[in-house]
Amino acid sequence: MSEGFHSLQEFLHHTKGVLYLLSVAYLIGFVFFWRYLHDREREDD
Amino acid sequence: MSEPASAFERPLLSPFNVVAGIIVLVGLWITYLRFTGGLGAVTNLDQNNAWGFWIGFDLLCGVALAAGGYTTAAAVEIFGMKKFHAALRPALLTGFLGYSLVVIALTYDVGRPWRLPYPFVLSPGPTSVLFEVGACVLLYLIVLFLEFSPMALEWLGERRLRRILVRLTLLLTIFGITLSTLHQSSLGALFLIAPSKLHPLWYSSYLPVFFFVSSVAAGLSMVIFEGTLARRSFSDKMDDEHKGTADAVVLGFGKAAAFVLAAYFAIKVFGVALDDNWGLLGTGYGLWFLVEMIGFVLLPCFLYLVGTRDRNVKLIRWTAFLTVLGIVLNRLNICLICFNWQLPAQDRYVPHWMEIGLSVFVVTLGVVAYRFIVTRMPVFYEHPDFSEGH
Repeated sequence: MSEGFHSLQEFLHHTKGVLYLLSVAYLIGFVFFWRYLHDREREDD
Repeated sequence: MSEPASAFERPLLSPFNVVAGIIVLVGLWITYLRFTGGLGAVTNLDQNNAWGFWIGFDLLCGVALAAGGYTTAAAVEIFGMKKFHAALRPALLTGFLGYSLVVIALTYDVGRPWRLPYPFVLSPGPTSVLFEVGACVLLYLIVLFLEFSPMALEWLGERRLRRILVRLTLLLTIFGITLSTLHQSSLGALFLIAPSKLHPLWYSSYLPVFFFVSSVAAGLSMVIFEGTLARRSFSDKMDDEHKGTADAVVLGFGKAAAFVLAAYFAIKVFGVALDDNWGLLGTGYGLWFLVEMIGFVLLPCFLYLVGTRDRNVKLIRWTAFLTVLGIVLNRLNICLICFNWQLPAQDRYVPHWMEIGLSVFVVTLGVVAYRFIVTRMPVFYEHPDFSEGH
């Protein structure tokens, strides 16, 4: 736990906030992942 | 294509047989020392390190790498991906042998192996995670045996029993997937009891999820890897269906593995975020963690992605090998390398050479058994007398 946290609530607020940002980034990244994987198939079609 | 004559015409003193023979002799000698002198005679285990190489490699890696059985069965029998049908029997065989070897290795590692049945018959411990692992592995081994049996029964020409087992296929598959989901994750749950011993970058309350998701990637990669090795050594035993769908299996499983590894990488990063362990990434262990994450998760994910997109079967086959190495590294990190990380160097565990020797012996037994079975039983081809029931 980082030194900047004084309570469990602060810690969870911080880590959950980072987690939500990462989740959004992952979901956006997944769209590009999917498109990269399938664009060759679309070209073939 | 029943039992080609070449199966029995190979010379007895081939290089493989000689090397395997030497390994088996050394293994038998270590076995004698283990069961006459105890664990202390052949291992470096102590009060600090009760679980060593046999648990880290033989059990954790063995169970993960045997996951090809349930992943392939799920794809073919549950999701109806019949184009992967040719991969099912080899995957089930690998799974069955893998779990059998896990149990054999466990009899060496458990101090009093004759008490292994005790939790089931004398003093059940249903609140223990280890009880659940033991029960699931026992039941799943039985399921795998029943799923493997039709191959042996076709070889023996036993029609009636085979017909009964083939009818039970779907039930056994569902049971097998349920048991695998339980015990693959529970192996990770075993380490939840030791938050102070496992390095924080590897410890997480989500360890069961990590173990389960990574086992799916391991299973998919093992099917590709094992198929690659089999193609080199046993292509004369493969029928046209097996050869014709080999590339489709590689491409399909490679694509699935890319998705699973992407998900696995994400949840591992989420694990670091949830425990706010970012600061540890700059330490020595942190760099080792990054090697595992980038070199053996993100890189294989990317290579699977490129390989699938470009239909590069060779690249996917190499990536499967890299992924298998990554799973082995992950399990060894959790069980050995990053376990008891705070102990002084002189108290850290280093496997005795006989521990590694016995693991090589166990793996060799598996390879010999695999070779015996695929050269005799209809694993890579349909038995002409039973082709209607596959």
